[in-house]
Amino acid sequence: MDHARTDSSQLNQARLLGIVSRVRELGLLVVLLLIIVLVGIQVPRFLSIDNFEQILLSIAILAIVAVGETLVVLTRNVDLSVGSMVGVTAFVTAYFFKELPGINLLLGILLGCALGLILGIVNGLIVSYGRVPAIVATLGTLYVYRGLVFITAANTTSQVNAFDVPTSYLALATTQILGIPALILIAAVIAVIVGYFLHASHFGRQLYAVGSNPEAATVIGIRRDRLVFAAFSASGLLCGLAGVLWGARYATVDATNATGLELQVIAAVVVGGVNIFGGSGTILGAVLGAIVLGTLQNALNILNISQFWLQAIYGAAIILAVVLDAFITRWLQRTLASRRKKA
Amino acid sequence: MKRLRPLLISWEALLVVLLLISIVIGSALSPYFLSGFNFDELTSNIMEIAIMALPMTLIIIVGEIDLSVASVLGLASVVLGYLWEGQHILWLAIGVALLVGLVAGFLNGVLVTKLALPSLVITIGTLALYRGLAYVVLGDQAVSDFPSSFTTFGFGTIPGTEIPWSALIFAILVVIFVVVLHFSRLGRQLYAMGNNKEAARFSGINVSLVKLILFILSGVIAALAGVIFTARLSSARPDNALGFELTVVTVVLLGGVNIFGGRGSLLGVVLAIFIVAILQNALSLVNISGDIQSLAIGLLLILSVLGPNIARRIQVAITRRRLVAGNPQRT
Repeated sequence: MDHARTDSSQLNQARLLGIVSRVRELGLLVVLLLIIVLVGIQVPRFLSIDNFEQILLSIAILAIVAVGETLVVLTRNVDLSVGSMVGVTAFVTAYFFKELPGINLLLGILLGCALGLILGIVNGLIVSYGRVPAIVATLGTLYVYRGLVFITAANTTSQVNAFDVPTSYLALATTQILGIPALILIAAVIAVIVGYFLHASHFGRQLYAVGSNPEAATVIGIRRDRLVFAAFSASGLLCGLAGVLWGARYATVDATNATGLELQVIAAVVVGGVNIFGGSGTILGAVLGAIVLGTLQNALNILNISQFWLQAIYGAAIILAVVLDAFITRWLQRTLASRRKKA
Repeated sequence: MKRLRPLLISWEALLVVLLLISIVIGSALSPYFLSGFNFDELTSNIMEIAIMALPMTLIIIVGEIDLSVASVLGLASVVLGYLWEGQHILWLAIGVALLVGLVAGFLNGVLVTKLALPSLVITIGTLALYRGLAYVVLGDQAVSDFPSSFTTFGFGTIPGTEIPWSALIFAILVVIFVVVLHFSRLGRQLYAMGNNKEAARFSGINVSLVKLILFILSGVIAALAGVIFTARLSSARPDNALGFELTVVTVVLLGGVNIFGGRGSLLGVVLAIFIVAILQNALSLVNISGDIQSLAIGLLLILSVLGPNIARRIQVAITRRRLVAGNPQRT
């Protein structure tokens, strides 16, 4: 075997894979631009900076949850309980601020995050150590956590209103730093930090390995259980933060908060190119996916199309994204196989 | 296979015990529990879930899953209501509703078999799509003026008994499914497909076709459940049966069907259906809300898989200790 030729063909394969994953994100940008252009032609108001800010604001919290979900999906699992986790932490944090108005803002935020972390840890324990498949485990905790909010609400207050909580809490959602809403900045910072961490750290690479080939990962010594547990815990932590921000943004908080959020999150992640079988996908993709969905929703609103179409569109987006990804993967495999034959 | 059988039988035995325990708890919680009226109530409330659990069992045994069943139910219900309101021909409305279920199941099946896409994420997508279409059809409206013949079927019982008509349909379906799964070659092929898809394919089973048919069946039966649901509640709304897929999956897994496929029996599923029915009924009798009932179902779902896992681990640990103790040279 000519080593030089083998090396260069391997390099080409690696380059091809790299190009395709970039193509996926570029593809999302193209879709985004298409929507912007198509809608912008009809309704110029769509193209205003104000509107873009509205779109980003509407998906900032979703994006934070999507970052956590991406970590879980990368390991070949899924977390369906995110909506309930956000709901629990939003309600408990808001209630906490209502009952203890003089309390330090930071303490309240930490409480919410800690609660989310605990819920995520429970998920992680059930999945990685209890060996319960993630679909089953998180479908179960979706309803258990939601039930817990209802029980809490029944025993405390059915609803926390804007005037019940300190203005410093609500300000989390409305302050602007250098003209950009804090919510968007927080989401962006989290995405950048987690994205970089995923890309550049040992832990991040192991996460990809576990999702890509769990058996092989175990064989080379990666502690799969610990990584899956960590992914679910991280998802819970981020949901906790998202819940804190949810309470601040939406002000009126009851037991039904964030019901159905898991659908939007999975849509964002899948549309964003994160492979449901694990092992590939990026935080950037998931965030772009969230932006595309937010733009779609905003477009529906601006074009006066009934919001009743929204759920159907989320469903169609998930299906289209998975179909598209399958075709890309198959094309890629065929191309690589034929190149290997030529070499 | 022979080693698995004792384990399977013991799970069903456990379910029988659980069923008896839940009946005892139910009667302790409320004096109304053991009445004929309550039996009618209890049974008719679970029938739609029970009917959908039958094809779901087969789908999980072959290693797939269909999370869109409740949405198909809702969509069929909405189509039924919409057509009834528009055309006033009941059999037409019912027929089209069933057709909708067929098409919905067909779409699921094609995506999973012909395009080889993972059924979990596809059916999450169609869960949203079909539910969304239901909202598009009826919006926030409801259709409720159905003919009395329809509602009597949905609400009434077989004359002379407290057994609802829907239970009759369920009984017929159970017999058919049991014969297919446990007494036919097709049934053995289903288990084979769940245990090792490639080996099954090499042995001549048309895996794609069988799975496609199963998804279509799931869709049609979910639509049938939609017709029954609409008749029972005398109301067609887009949010009918919202969240029911959880209970359907719970009932199947609690019944001892392995989520990874290849194992499980309908006997277990039928037992699990009644355990869950009694649980939900007992909780409503003491005025516990639907959301907290869902909490109980969610817990049951997790425990039904976690329980056997932990039991197996303990069993392995005990066996290991016995082996080591029996071989004192091994230190």
